[in-house]
Amino acid sequence: MDMNEIKEIFFQECEEQLAELESGLLKLNDGDRDPETVNAVFRAVHSIKGGAGAFGLDDLVSFAHVFETTLDCVRSNRLEPNQDVLKVMLKSADVLADLTNAARDGGSVDEARSRQLIKELEALANGELPPASAAEPAPKAVAPAPEPVAAPPVNEEGFQPVAFSFEDFEANEPALIEATCYEIVFRPKSELYAKGNDATLLLRDLSRLGEMSIHCDMDGLPPLDRMNPEAAYFSWKISLKTDKGEDAIRSVFEFAEWDCDLDIALADGCAVDASEELPMQPVPFDLSMLDEAPVGSVEEEEQIATRDRDAAVSAAETASNVLQMAQSSTRAPAEAQKNATAAASAAAQQAASAATPTIRVDLDRVDRLINLVGELVINQAMLSQSVIENDTNGTSSINMGLEELQQLTREIQDSVMAIRAQPVKPVFQRMSRIVREIADMTGKSVRLVTEGENTEVDKTVIDKLAEPLTHMIRNAVDHGLETPEKRLAAGKSAEGTVRLTAKHRSGRIVIELADDGAGINREKVRQKAIDNDLIAADANLSDEEIDNLIFHAGFSTADKISDISGRGVGMDVVKRSIQALGGRINISSKPGQGSVFTMSLPLTLAVLDGMVVTVANQTLVVPLTAIVETLQPEASAIHSFGATQRLISIRNSFCPLVDVGRILNFRATQANPVEGVALLVESEGGGQRALMVDAIQGQRQVVIKSLEANYTHVPGIAAATILGDGRVALILDVDAIVAASRGQTLKPEMSLAAAG
Amino acid sequence: MTYAAKNLTTGGRELIAFRVGDQEFCVNIMAVREIRGWTPATPMPHAPSYVLGVINLRGAVLPIVDLSARLGMKPAEPTVRHVIIVAQVKNQVVGLLVDAVSDILTVRDEEIQPTPDISSEFEKSFARGVLAIEGRMICLVELEAVFPHEEREAA
Repeated sequence: MDMNEIKEIFFQECEEQLAELESGLLKLNDGDRDPETVNAVFRAVHSIKGGAGAFGLDDLVSFAHVFETTLDCVRSNRLEPNQDVLKVMLKSADVLADLTNAARDGGSVDEARSRQLIKELEALANGELPPASAAEPAPKAVAPAPEPVAAPPVNEEGFQPVAFSFEDFEANEPALIEATCYEIVFRPKSELYAKGNDATLLLRDLSRLGEMSIHCDMDGLPPLDRMNPEAAYFSWKISLKTDKGEDAIRSVFEFAEWDCDLDIALADGCAVDASEELPMQPVPFDLSMLDEAPVGSVEEEEQIATRDRDAAVSAAETASNVLQMAQSSTRAPAEAQKNATAAASAAAQQAASAATPTIRVDLDRVDRLINLVGELVINQAMLSQSVIENDTNGTSSINMGLEELQQLTREIQDSVMAIRAQPVKPVFQRMSRIVREIADMTGKSVRLVTEGENTEVDKTVIDKLAEPLTHMIRNAVDHGLETPEKRLAAGKSAEGTVRLTAKHRSGRIVIELADDGAGINREKVRQKAIDNDLIAADANLSDEEIDNLIFHAGFSTADKISDISGRGVGMDVVKRSIQALGGRINISSKPGQGSVFTMSLPLTLAVLDGMVVTVANQTLVVPLTAIVETLQPEASAIHSFGATQRLISIRNSFCPLVDVGRILNFRATQANPVEGVALLVESEGGGQRALMVDAIQGQRQVVIKSLEANYTHVPGIAAATILGDGRVALILDVDAIVAASRGQTLKPEMSLAAAG
Repeated sequence: MTYAAKNLTTGGRELIAFRVGDQEFCVNIMAVREIRGWTPATPMPHAPSYVLGVINLRGAVLPIVDLSARLGMKPAEPTVRHVIIVAQVKNQVVGLLVDAVSDILTVRDEEIQPTPDISSEFEKSFARGVLAIEGRMICLVELEAVFPHEEREAA
């Protein structure tokens, strides 16, 4: 494993931590006050900070640190996580994500924004006190400090001790009444470094508690040739004069406690300069390097700290620390148990204990497996069929074996499919950020409600879903929802709601985006369409047709007239990308009540439970999920309606009868309904239809095969499959068939080039 | 000798010749994946008349095109004696129904004569040249011209 691979793992973990962070914050936002939630949030930030420190990602570390400090206040109940606080925190989570991305892919972040947030976070950490100076408990020293004791000696290993002075801590709080002196012996173990902690940072944090003097004990340092670069040889003896008590000291070492030997004892006298009492040779450290940065600039301080650290810890050590971090994950669970009460632990530890073990596999390998299993299923079906055909003397053992084989293949298939199927949750989570940002920009108050985020869909669909969804969310918040004032005037609550739901339906995933805004202003849309020559001025359009105009390519200039419930902005792009996925998008809008966009997307590569039917001597598969019931029509139940339409009465309600063979152009004349079977289907557009087919062959699980791969999209057909006899059967697109029966003809989209 | 090596040494190319009706055509052998017997195809709704349907090619759905009809000739009536040339066109795989595969030809580029100046734009659009071999005339077909990609995307 080289450094880049480890780094890549870190970033992948970061992504998981960020997701954890965001969902935790959202839970808090919804009023969850479970301390475990707060801890989870805290852990996420801490892990990112720890890992980032190991890779020297200073921006990330410094921001995470401030964030962490504020979160710690929440954790210790010093800060009430109310809406305002969480708003800042959610923004901070966004910035943290940005910083992570910037660290991974290069690029820059909005520095002004992150600096602003750092200030806000610090202000929160200090109980809303004015920011800046209050954030730094160690203001610049006034009194002259003892100068570093001469030039530090260079010992025989050529190890240059780093000079520390105590000038900053001398006259820190002259008004302190009950400052107590503690003698702290801090002896880090190598695990401490391995987990991305840093003695320098701990010491600096400690220095903020009060007046401090540090002596580094280098006695344990072996000669260079015997030195293990990953081991820890230094220990520190610290005299600290503080009024904060022992708990404060312990909290500094909270995450390092079990990776170091820590003795805290009350000292007799308050001798800050305790060098003469110490048996070892005092090595003065210039702590001013850590704190000499003027108040407020945490980044700079961190950078100095990092530089400082770099002097002490060689680059090689950092690299091997990380290696150890990976290795130590096996040890971690035991340790985690030991410290079960500890709220947070270091990065590797908690990653191992929190998540179930996973492996990352190349998608191609999974795809290959899925294809092979698909073949297996088809082969198994063919085998069963031929056995049944040749089974004259009822060889039951073969049949039993085949049944078992069938169950096994089905189970294998389910498991394999589950590998590729992923919940839509990550995409939905990303949307909550977009809602926040747009809401901020437009000054609207918006609540995003997500449902069915565990609905699983193929990974390729998820990946391609984000972009159109982002676009639509933007539109919904920007143009769909009204301003709070308008909402109140219309008798709605000031806070708009955007609802994002996912569910499975008819072997497809249906994603719905609903807002409770003003709905589409049809008059303006129509006018706009006329202005853009999309429709004739006297065209007579239904409401639905007007709504659908916004998907028209020529409509996308609408942002110039911002007041149109202007969803035309790029909606044609949205529609195109949904269609490229083999999906459809619909809109329904009610003036004053909002709009609903419904996207239906295929679960690519998935299998489907289907009803195998015969239509005009062709075998077709109807997705079982679409079928409500099947029935044998009687002549008395069929009623002609107008010239060509026919209705079937089912329990005294009338349902249009749709001849599938006619719509797919398999036959020239309408079939006689009495000779066939009617499938009552429910389409996503709402409403039931009775689909006429000639006969039902049975139910079967079929593997969806793409028609688009070698051919093209065929209207009315969702996909193809291969049946037990090895022939291709087409899978019916029920929604398209129903839509066609409403009069919208299936467009005979010519493929393979219409003549020349 | 590999195809590429042969190509280098002789400056020639290999073509697969086949018969459609009473005419002979050929395509670049590199585009041909396999040749297989006719199996009944599943018709597609709303397909152009020259698309006979789709068949199962080891798990992949393969559209079958009646080349005779596609080239504007009499539609074929497929029998077991017909063969399907499975060919790669751009990134799609298409099955071409032809009467029979007759030959594998190795020709040099200079043996390919330019398409004669005929009136029909249609023939000119897919013919990349003609070959005179043993008194026969074989038309070199450019598959990418027969199945223009843009139109499929537009569909």
